[in-house]
Amino acid sequence: MTRTPHKHSERRSGSAPIGRVMAQVAMVMNLDKCIGCHTCSVTCKQTWTNRAGTEYAWFNNVETRPGQGYPRGHEDQDRWKGGWRLKHGRLVPRSGGRARRLARLFANPELPTLDDYYEPWTYDYETLTSAPLGDDVPTARPRSLINGAETEITWGPNWDDDLGGGPARLAADPVLKQLERVGQKVRLEYEQAFMFYLPRICEHCLNPSCVAVCPSGALYKRIEDGIVLVDQDRCRGWRMCVSGCPYKKVYFNHRTGKAEKCTLCYPRIEAGEPTVCSETCVGRLRYLGIMLYDADRVGRAAAVEDEQELYEAQLDCFLDPHDPEVARAAEESGIPHDWVTAARRSPVRALISDYRIALPLHPEYRTMPMVWYVPPLSPVVEALSKDGHDGEDPANLFGAIDALRIPLEYLAGLFTAGDTGPVEAALCRLAAMRSYMRRINLGQERDCSLAAAVGLDAERMEEMYRLLALAKYEERYVIPTSYTGQVPDPDAAADTGCGLDGEGGPGMYERPGETFHALAPAVGRQDGEGGENEADEEDGELAGSATRGRVNLLNWDGRGRPAGLFPRRRGGERA
Amino acid sequence: MNHLHIALWGVLPYLVLALFVGGSAWRYRYDRFGFTTRSSQLYESRLLRVGGPLFHYGLFLVLGGHVVGLLIPEGLTDRLGVSEGFYHLNALLVGGAAGLAAVAGLAVLLWRRLRVRAVRAATSRSDRAVYPVLLAVLLAGLTATASGAAAGSYDYRLGVSVWFRSLFLLDPDVAAMRGAPLVYQLHALLAMALFGLWPFSRLVHAFAAPLGYLARPYIVYRSRASSAAAQRGAR
Repeated sequence: MTRTPHKHSERRSGSAPIGRVMAQVAMVMNLDKCIGCHTCSVTCKQTWTNRAGTEYAWFNNVETRPGQGYPRGHEDQDRWKGGWRLKHGRLVPRSGGRARRLARLFANPELPTLDDYYEPWTYDYETLTSAPLGDDVPTARPRSLINGAETEITWGPNWDDDLGGGPARLAADPVLKQLERVGQKVRLEYEQAFMFYLPRICEHCLNPSCVAVCPSGALYKRIEDGIVLVDQDRCRGWRMCVSGCPYKKVYFNHRTGKAEKCTLCYPRIEAGEPTVCSETCVGRLRYLGIMLYDADRVGRAAAVEDEQELYEAQLDCFLDPHDPEVARAAEESGIPHDWVTAARRSPVRALISDYRIALPLHPEYRTMPMVWYVPPLSPVVEALSKDGHDGEDPANLFGAIDALRIPLEYLAGLFTAGDTGPVEAALCRLAAMRSYMRRINLGQERDCSLAAAVGLDAERMEEMYRLLALAKYEERYVIPTSYTGQVPDPDAAADTGCGLDGEGGPGMYERPGETFHALAPAVGRQDGEGGENEADEEDGELAGSATRGRVNLLNWDGRGRPAGLFPRRRGGERA
Repeated sequence: MNHLHIALWGVLPYLVLALFVGGSAWRYRYDRFGFTTRSSQLYESRLLRVGGPLFHYGLFLVLGGHVVGLLIPEGLTDRLGVSEGFYHLNALLVGGAAGLAAVAGLAVLLWRRLRVRAVRAATSRSDRAVYPVLLAVLLAGLTATASGAAAGSYDYRLGVSVWFRSLFLLDPDVAAMRGAPLVYQLHALLAMALFGLWPFSRLVHAFAAPLGYLARPYIVYRSRASSAAAQRGAR
């Protein structure tokens, strides 16, 4: 897709020289389209956290806002001390510097307990069939997955879904409390309430505080794509990352004693595929793409005095890949050409820097998050239509965005540290796009003044519409394949297994009896079958390259280990 | 009897040392993933917040006391003008307080481990072996320290310490240990048991003490290539 040079392209803050260029795989979520179906959460869980020890962990979760979120009230940094703060103009983790962290090694005072997430449970299903004959229908009572005891279910991963629990529960929302402190009263009664969904994953921040507080240096940011990962072999279970992350997106596996977090599905990203949450998103609201940024500017940007300037400061870190100088600097920094090309086509860059409709989540944590959000317009349109107005008439809409102060303030509390300006600008653009496209759909003339009113031209307005409303797969996900992949040497062929495998590790594995919510695997019947499958596999290998290394699970009977599922060790023995 | 003493104070320490070093190296080579504190704070925080720091900080002081008491010969402190009385008073008060803190901390932690159901459920077999030994070592040590309060009591710096230092000179002074009171001998034996269990229990997390953190930049960057190589190396 070629695009004319943009008015709103990234400014290079005057003639500031370009420092070290780095690439980041970033995500944008269009909240207007989120229907809160939790498909992303469920597919993510099935992929990554369906193991004992991570029952309570949701690398991806969908929260209803206003609401307490998961874990409860995680945005209250006075309590949890996540993220960074400025101390005499310098950035320090909010939970304290290095010495203070080490002093708190033996009991982390800011660690959430399981109650803050929820105590995972299962049901005593067996009594349904094994209960003695009697007058009462047997029931499956809840049992804690943590200690096996009978339990009362008092909280769950989505307890306040769709405003469940009512005003009493909603009032504990830290963003609402913040608004109240500045004299904003938000109506929580059901008939006057508003709500929207906020899917959350790890932010893969440019200035990650989880990395900063890890005493072992196990957490790291990958140079190539900016994904923040936990080295499972280096993690020693000090738990500082759990409290250091203001988004509470690092989880402690209580079985293995190791931290685990969203990996941005890096094995998929490396292959140029979108993450599982994106791939399975029913509303097609997630966008993945490359952002180029100047790593030398990050520290300064994160240390801007005024919290409300952090959004702009972060925008200033991003580089415009259309700028030939940036492209040259990027290649000097070792970023391959196809990544620069991908950055030019990046939908994420378009939404963040070009159209300026995507905003960061809680920039005031100073971590420079890289999962951004298009704020939802729906509550506004909805409210207008309810009052008998034409919800998509531009005059009504623009007026209403300003008049409906409450959602605006609330959104600003989430996305811009309380500054309503950028939120309002983004909502106006979305509103203008609706009106503009409606005229076209109704066969009326294009109203270019609508585009001009929000600083766009007709062509870009329609491009934006295409990206947001049509959201074609190949335009939503522009992910170049990984670039440190060297020519595989034959010796390394045995090591192509997932690096996260291992007992209790986050890779898919099975340990009899300990697999989360699973039946104990049946044993036996392997040997007889094995030889046959072996032969099949040999055939497959002979037959050609296309299916080599693939496992066909369709004709696997679920017993034993399907042939070829695991790479072969040197010497022909199975791994 | 003499053979027993030679076995206990002349041979066993080296066996334990070999087990300790070899076991740790083996564990690090084959089970780096297992090098963790296995923290149970997620289950229970209130008691841990008291017991954890009390035990660990007490233990650090105890460790410091052992370094001073075992490694520094009495002749050196004499020459520095530290009187025998002052030294022992110090050892008794500071050492005793540190030991009490460690024991109290461990008591809280053990109570928590037994009484909090989730923590109890997460207790491994190695934990069940290590905790009694750890408690016994601490109690024996504390008793030995307390016995130093009596006038004219055993001066371990002329006995146990001499034996301990002689171990590193590969010339174990069995006689020096043979004359020590039973409680000192018991303490030493239990300590050897603890060091033998060390590599095979959660105690390995002590090797992971993150001192490098003090000198490290906050943000860690790593290349995909280097982590892939590290992975290969580890397998």
